[in-house]
Amino acid sequence: MTLAFTIARCRQAAVGVLATLLWLTVTAAPPSLLDAARGPVDIPATTEPPRLGNAINDDVRRPRNYDLQPPTIPHRVDGYQIDKNFNKCLDCHARGKTDFSQAVPVSKTHYIDRSGKVLEQISTRRYFCNQCHVAQDAVPPLVGNGFEGLEAMAQRELPAAPAAKPKARR
Amino acid sequence: MVKLLKRYWQVIWRPSVHYSLGFLTIVGFIGGVVFWGAFNTALEFANTEPFCTGCHEMRDNVFAELKSTIHYTNRSGVRAKCSNCHVPHDWTDKIARKMQASKEVWGKVFGTIDTPEKFQAKRLELARHEWARFKANDSLECRNCHDYDYMDFTRQSVRAQNMHTTYLANKEKTCIDCHKGIAHRLPYIAPGEAPTDTPGQMVPKPEQQAAAASAPPQR
Repeated sequence: MTLAFTIARCRQAAVGVLATLLWLTVTAAPPSLLDAARGPVDIPATTEPPRLGNAINDDVRRPRNYDLQPPTIPHRVDGYQIDKNFNKCLDCHARGKTDFSQAVPVSKTHYIDRSGKVLEQISTRRYFCNQCHVAQDAVPPLVGNGFEGLEAMAQRELPAAPAAKPKARR
Repeated sequence: MVKLLKRYWQVIWRPSVHYSLGFLTIVGFIGGVVFWGAFNTALEFANTEPFCTGCHEMRDNVFAELKSTIHYTNRSGVRAKCSNCHVPHDWTDKIARKMQASKEVWGKVFGTIDTPEKFQAKRLELARHEWARFKANDSLECRNCHDYDYMDFTRQSVRAQNMHTTYLANKEKTCIDCHKGIAHRLPYIAPGEAPTDTPGQMVPKPEQQAAAASAPPQR
């Protein structure tokens, strides 16, 4: 008897929940179609594109903020062709070209494929330079950032540390 | 046939019976002006962008690629059209190039590059023809606008200054040696033959040109 009673209560409760859900969906205003990536603009509406910047072109190498950070590009790369036929970046930065171009050579790690084999040309997984390396615009950051690297932290924590301090940067 | 030619030869060679010398001179002069004007107008028409992009081989391939480059659209609106770079401005060179272009008419008629695949397969060869032409005339079509004497190196990036004050200044290289693929996309180039590692970076001397003209290009 108790089992039958419990089942009946459960069914009642389930029907109640379903009814509530149905009522909610009917009465609640239909959510407007917004895509967070496009900003607060309806899907059918046209977004206003951000102003195009003028990338820094001073050729001064910027320090890395943390170990293994892909270095940023200190020059404009507008219209650089990077496709299966040609890679404009490697036209100067490939290791064989740097004696002529005086550009920073591509890291040795970029000549190693995912199984650890050293290749004579750049690995395909490293081919699309601007997946990691980007030019910079001279603009104030949109979001504040209190990040400081290991060196700054070490200097604060160890004020009287001996001078021989290994550099963490590669 | 010989008889017919002989008769026309006599007609041309005999002095005029009905027309005076003055009439013939004036009409000849006016006719010459009209003919020359028409000839040059036709020549100029063949230099216009609508003419170049009138065939789909140009419009869908190289012209489409040009549209996103700085030679087509830029902040100040000064732009180059096809003939600014691909047709010499001097009259004799222009006529020579126009005669070469008859090969392009042949290619159009027989559909040498009438599909994107055919164009891709052939574009390195075609590009090399243009590179060789720029190389031979010391990038004259670049220099028609980009005059070395008026370049303000202080307004260039450090990179550009380094290159232009050395390789361009000492004439070791000419514009096209480094600036290949600025107006159109580059095709696949085998390793060791890429734009900056092609042999013959030097501007060719006249005797080298003659040697290059007699031997087929190996690059």
